[in-house]
Amino acid sequence: MEAPAKEQPKEPRKLIVSIGPHVHDTESTAKIMWTVSGALLPATLMSVYYFGMPAILVMLVCLISSMVSEAAVQWMLKKPITITDGSAFLTGLLLAMNLPANVPLYIPAVGSFVAIVITKHLFGGLGFNIFNPALIGRAFVLISFPKLMTTYVEPTMRVMAMDAKTTATPLVLLKEEGMAKLLEVFHTKAALYQDLFLGNRAGSLGETSVIMLLLGAAFLLMKRYITWHVPLPFIATVGILSWLFGGKEGLMTGDAIFHMMSGGLILGAFFMATDYVTGPSVRSAQVLFGISCGALTVLIRLKGGYPEGVMFAILLMNCFAPLLDRGMRSPVFGKAEAKGVKK
Amino acid sequence: MSNDVNYGTIIKNGIFGENPVFRLALSLCPAVAVTSGVKNGFLMGVAVFFVMIMVNGTVSLLRNYINPKVRIPSYMFIIATWVTVTDLVMAAFARDVYKQMGLYIMLIVAFAIVLSRAEMFASKNKLLPSIVDGAAMGMGFLLALVMLGVFREFLGKGSLWGYQILDSKPLLIMILPTGGFFAMGLMMGWLNWIDRKFFGGTGGGGGGH
Repeated sequence: MEAPAKEQPKEPRKLIVSIGPHVHDTESTAKIMWTVSGALLPATLMSVYYFGMPAILVMLVCLISSMVSEAAVQWMLKKPITITDGSAFLTGLLLAMNLPANVPLYIPAVGSFVAIVITKHLFGGLGFNIFNPALIGRAFVLISFPKLMTTYVEPTMRVMAMDAKTTATPLVLLKEEGMAKLLEVFHTKAALYQDLFLGNRAGSLGETSVIMLLLGAAFLLMKRYITWHVPLPFIATVGILSWLFGGKEGLMTGDAIFHMMSGGLILGAFFMATDYVTGPSVRSAQVLFGISCGALTVLIRLKGGYPEGVMFAILLMNCFAPLLDRGMRSPVFGKAEAKGVKK
Repeated sequence: MSNDVNYGTIIKNGIFGENPVFRLALSLCPAVAVTSGVKNGFLMGVAVFFVMIMVNGTVSLLRNYINPKVRIPSYMFIIATWVTVTDLVMAAFARDVYKQMGLYIMLIVAFAIVLSRAEMFASKNKLLPSIVDGAAMGMGFLLALVMLGVFREFLGKGSLWGYQILDSKPLLIMILPTGGFFAMGLMMGWLNWIDRKFFGGTGGGGGGH
């Protein structure tokens, strides 16, 4: 450098000007992201227990490619690189949980790229994306590689097993062959429920074990990182509607418990639909958001072309989140009175 | 309007500066619908190219006889005439393609880009500049459709112009409508980036239909 710059103005002290409410807290994006990732840990461990080595590989590829994509795109766009805040980690983890264990390893890489680069950063980065990145990543690979993405394997329960038997998920069985076939495979209804609850069934990595997901969700609810306003109406609506319309013998003969525990419902309702960025933030809007997600899920499961509808339901409702927020915003204090005041 | 028309500028404008698809974002509906393959995109582009030259030429010739109050309906008549000519010619000489694209050929009547060039350029300029403008805009549209077609067909089907190149389908989503929007958005962003980086442009295409 040449001669010292004359009287370099001191770095001005930052005075943050913002509208209320001014709440100071120890929470930060990074803390929330890592905590949510932590809450997924039980389900992650369970999937490794059930699916073994392939599950670990899929997760590693997802996590690494998500974080590399995040760093690369932020470097290219000349933004501060924020891979340590855990949001890319969480996206990668959620994407991995939504993939079958035995997919070729380029699929998680493509999915992570689409999730991080296209869905998140091309829309402006964390906080500006319209759609849930992990779900768009999954939708992209599901539509691009329909065969590979719908070939599920049975849980092997052996770490090094690479030769798992392919099989259909319970929802596919129900859709294509009916309840009788499902009972034939799982023997009794009680056994079916038990396997669903523990996660001993074919499916995407992280969606199978209901009990582990509930454990993580309970932790998040306790920490108040998520509230019941989205997940509960979501799951309840799926239960009620599938009980009403899900049966073959007419109204009110559907199997609500089966529908509530199968597919990606628990994972989607607690970990995806509750995303701060892509969901509504007004409480009543959140309830409506959950109900709509549930209704769309049942519609797709029972009448649509896909056996599972949680992903598409959440993505569709993501579009409506700003509208719901606007429509159900609580009245501004003082405004209602102002209307009546005569000038 | 003026006598000293710069043909170079007109051509550059049609192909790059105001490329109908990537910069003006007009006629996106057919651009997504027909570009699942290079061949369809190319033929659609040729049809539009032809229609635009003829419409711009006709409008320019008649510009002093059309009452400004009824100019838009008059342009529509002229466009519809030339689209009908294109439609019948294609039906007669390219039956296979026509079966797939017949619907979209008729839709050229409603293309915003054709009407907007008639209104913005041909109605104010002499015959030759108008024809050059139509050709440049048509060429810009054609190139855009071919670029999209190459991108989508190669990624979606692993083939080009119907000839199989790869033995797999790398990204099936690209030949579906969803992929059309993906491809369009990515390409638009890429071209804006090039414009800003190398030509000092401000970037940014408008919304259209």
